[in-house]
Amino acid sequence: MTVTELVSYEDALASYDPVMGLEVHVELGTKTKMFCGCSTELGAEPNSQTCPTCLGLPGSLPVVNAVGVESAVKIGLALHCEIAEWCRFARKNYFYPDMPKNFQTSQYDEPIAFNGYLDVQLEDGEVFRVEIERAHMEEDTGKSTHVGGATGRIHGASHSLLDYNRAGIPLIEIVTKPIEGAGERAPEVAKAYVAELRELIKALGVSEARMEQGQMRCDVNLSLRPNGTKEFGTRSETKNVNSLRSVERAARFEIQRHAAVLSSGGTIVQETRHFHEEDGSTTAGRIKDNAEDYRYFPEPDLVPVAPAREWVEELRKELPELPRVRRNRLREEWGVSEHDMQSILNAGAVDLIVATIDAGADAASARKWWMGELARRANEAGTDLAALEITPEQVARVCALVAEGSLNDKLARQVIEGVLAGEGDPDAVVAGRGLAVVSDEGALGTAVDEAIAANAGIADKIRSGKVAAAGALVGAVMKATRGQADAARVRELILEKLGVEG
Amino acid sequence: MTDLIKLTAAEIAAKIASGEVTAVQVTEAHLARIEAVDEKVNAFLHVDREGALAQARAVDEKRARGEKLGPLAGVPLALKDIFTTKGIPTTVGSKILEGWIPPYDATLTRRLKEADVVILGKTNMDEFAMGSSTENSAYGPTGNPWDLTKIPGGSGGGSSAALASYEAPLAIGTDTGGSIRQPAAVTGTVGVKPTYGAVSRYGMVAFSSSLDQGGPCARTVLDAALLHEVIAGHDPLDSTSIDAPVPPVVEAARNGDVKGMRVGVVKQFRGEGYQAGVLQRFDESVELLKELGAEVVEVDCPSFDLALAAYYLIAPSECSSNLARFDAMRYGLRVGDDGTKSAEEVTALTREAGFGDEVKRRVILGTYALSSGYYDAYYGSAQKVRTLITRDFEKAFGEGGVDVLISPTTPTTAFPIGERADDPMAMYLADLCTIPTNLAGNAAMSLPCGLAPEDGMPVGLQIIAPAMADDRLYRVGAAVEAAFNARWGHALLEEAPAL
Repeated sequence: MTVTELVSYEDALASYDPVMGLEVHVELGTKTKMFCGCSTELGAEPNSQTCPTCLGLPGSLPVVNAVGVESAVKIGLALHCEIAEWCRFARKNYFYPDMPKNFQTSQYDEPIAFNGYLDVQLEDGEVFRVEIERAHMEEDTGKSTHVGGATGRIHGASHSLLDYNRAGIPLIEIVTKPIEGAGERAPEVAKAYVAELRELIKALGVSEARMEQGQMRCDVNLSLRPNGTKEFGTRSETKNVNSLRSVERAARFEIQRHAAVLSSGGTIVQETRHFHEEDGSTTAGRIKDNAEDYRYFPEPDLVPVAPAREWVEELRKELPELPRVRRNRLREEWGVSEHDMQSILNAGAVDLIVATIDAGADAASARKWWMGELARRANEAGTDLAALEITPEQVARVCALVAEGSLNDKLARQVIEGVLAGEGDPDAVVAGRGLAVVSDEGALGTAVDEAIAANAGIADKIRSGKVAAAGALVGAVMKATRGQADAARVRELILEKLGVEG
Repeated sequence: MTDLIKLTAAEIAAKIASGEVTAVQVTEAHLARIEAVDEKVNAFLHVDREGALAQARAVDEKRARGEKLGPLAGVPLALKDIFTTKGIPTTVGSKILEGWIPPYDATLTRRLKEADVVILGKTNMDEFAMGSSTENSAYGPTGNPWDLTKIPGGSGGGSSAALASYEAPLAIGTDTGGSIRQPAAVTGTVGVKPTYGAVSRYGMVAFSSSLDQGGPCARTVLDAALLHEVIAGHDPLDSTSIDAPVPPVVEAARNGDVKGMRVGVVKQFRGEGYQAGVLQRFDESVELLKELGAEVVEVDCPSFDLALAAYYLIAPSECSSNLARFDAMRYGLRVGDDGTKSAEEVTALTREAGFGDEVKRRVILGTYALSSGYYDAYYGSAQKVRTLITRDFEKAFGEGGVDVLISPTTPTTAFPIGERADDPMAMYLADLCTIPTNLAGNAAMSLPCGLAPEDGMPVGLQIIAPAMADDRLYRVGAAVEAAFNARWGHALLEEAPAL
């Protein structure tokens, strides 16, 4: 393989204009598969969730999963698409051992949703409209594991293992129209689009859209054309780019690679490419010549899907607020900057904060704990915020204990530590560790009296009006109570006992 | 015991219900008959002796317990080897499924079992139901009980031969282009292709999904109706299954009558290629219908001339996709897997060895017809012809005011085994009159209308009804059958030579 020396990103953009097409596959979170009653649960024993239909046994027939169709319509509506009044499934014919029937039941020229758009917000707040070509329903293939090769690819493998648990899991493929005019921000647009789509899918409740689990997979198609020209160049198709960061890196790499090939007088070959997480590069896969012919034809084993207009309108009414709109609303409600909101989003904290507020916390406190102490702990543990062993309700309880004065921030951090360590609810941790702020006026009064007696000099200064000196006595009381006193109350008591106005 | 095998299904069921005979006796009589003649006929690919007797015993026990028996309880049946049977081999007449034991029952199989019908075994057929003579079976041809040197029709030649040789009083066939009706015609038996969607296709190995339809085969119209009622009805596992009540076919078969009916003779179904004796018997049938009080008119269905061409694009196209799953990966035959070959090579070697010539011919034809650049000209055009044919039917049944259409079932009587084996076009012509019904999805029946004088072989009369009006076939069929039997003094099959 000849390695092309990449040109710098800036040089590439100085001469060329990138055009992208993004194809995203989303595994729907239906309980059963698209065309049979098998479970879609992840992580089961290989081939334990199969039946004659998803194994493609002779004589078996498909039946459409109504929830799958409903999910597809919801996605279409959320993407501002038209919903087909009548559409059919089609067979996409090609041989591969992990495809039980050797055709994929998909949709071809009659997608269930078409002609839409998704507005995505870039980090600086700029909104970019991505036009949607279509969203269509199809089934997933089984999973091949190639054993014995160096790279996990089929080349060089001694044998392959096939797991058909995934075969027949419903997929929605969402295809953009060519994305033009993004210029140097193309990689950022690609990332923002996939991020926004993921949020949208989650908000619709049709899939958890976990990219790391393959529930959402992205193909990045990219071509360059000389600046100022209209005609598209030849594209490459980088397959299975499976994280937001990778989407951005893949687009960026391909821009640099295409520019290098083109500016040295070469031509781009239409081919699929593999993305490599380690260094963000892509390498050639299969050449896509025009001989590839899927021989699509309408699936005769299924009747057409004809979503009733009234039903579609009902689903439209039930659509949740779009994630971008919701984010902007929350940003205003919480009174945070674009930048802070972006950080909250990147940390995956939006829903956690909302849930914490719903459980009674005020916005500032909820945000403070999730983006502060909890973000730090998640970072230390190398996990997501959502994966921490603490619920929004528990965080809200911590906020409440602080607000009522039962805890100060230092104690609250210890309570959180206890909850994360599995010591129970915040109240259980407070009781178990004896962390409540000392608010017994008697005990506190004694501690104050002792501090005044032990520091007569300072007490005199305060009596003579040097109120600022009270800090030293507060420190002494806090030390004596091992930090479990409410510092503000201690200060009040000191001033009271010394007959000074605070 | 000889008597038991000559009885109709309705008679057998009545005798079992009354206790005159047991289901086990009936089953044993048929198993003995199979033992005696099937070496010559080769109607069965697999006889499930133990399963059949167990099923029969269960019926007898049920009766002994005083439980109510269904209308076909204890009646033996020959099942075309295209329906899956849990634990019993299902080959579809192909080497590629040799040794495959399905883990599940087809809906039709399940319904038969639930109705206490005794499944004797699986019958021979053209490989994947592709053929009109059963010569395309990978397991050898079946003989026509009227003349064992002649074909029993196809693809369901095993089922028709089992009926005509008294190996079973009932059989199941499937009809994609005539595979129930043409075998019925050439063996002097009755076969019905119900309206598309009437009988579930779940567990019926697909040849051409939009055309395939299972249906009843029997020696009498009433028996066919009784079986029709057992196997038809909505199945949630088949999306194309009709979700409506089954037409009252048994009631119609018990009340045959054509008085006041308007019967259309399809103008296109005669002329060159039609055997003189076939047309003679057909013309007599027309006269008979008039005598019985029907009004007979000629009906022009010009698009029917294009049916054969359209069929041989649609059926191969669908089959090229349906048969792609036979790739040696999960079940059936596997050839060349010596540890050095790729999956692709093993698939290719297996398909090369496992499929017969006719299957390969159609897979290649269909692959070509669906190819990009050819799709519109071939598959697309064929679908348009299909629409035209449907309109011809609608016109005849609609503004034409015709209740049923009639034609010869097939242009000739049974031809000698081997005669058309190397001439696919000559073979395809056997389905000339039956194919339009499959393309349009409506219902049709074939029943005996006499023997051709020149060769003494049976001739079939085809009756065609609109979709969902399957009962009309039985009403007309029963009237014709009764009138012919009265004229001949017996059922036609009794003229068949002893085996």
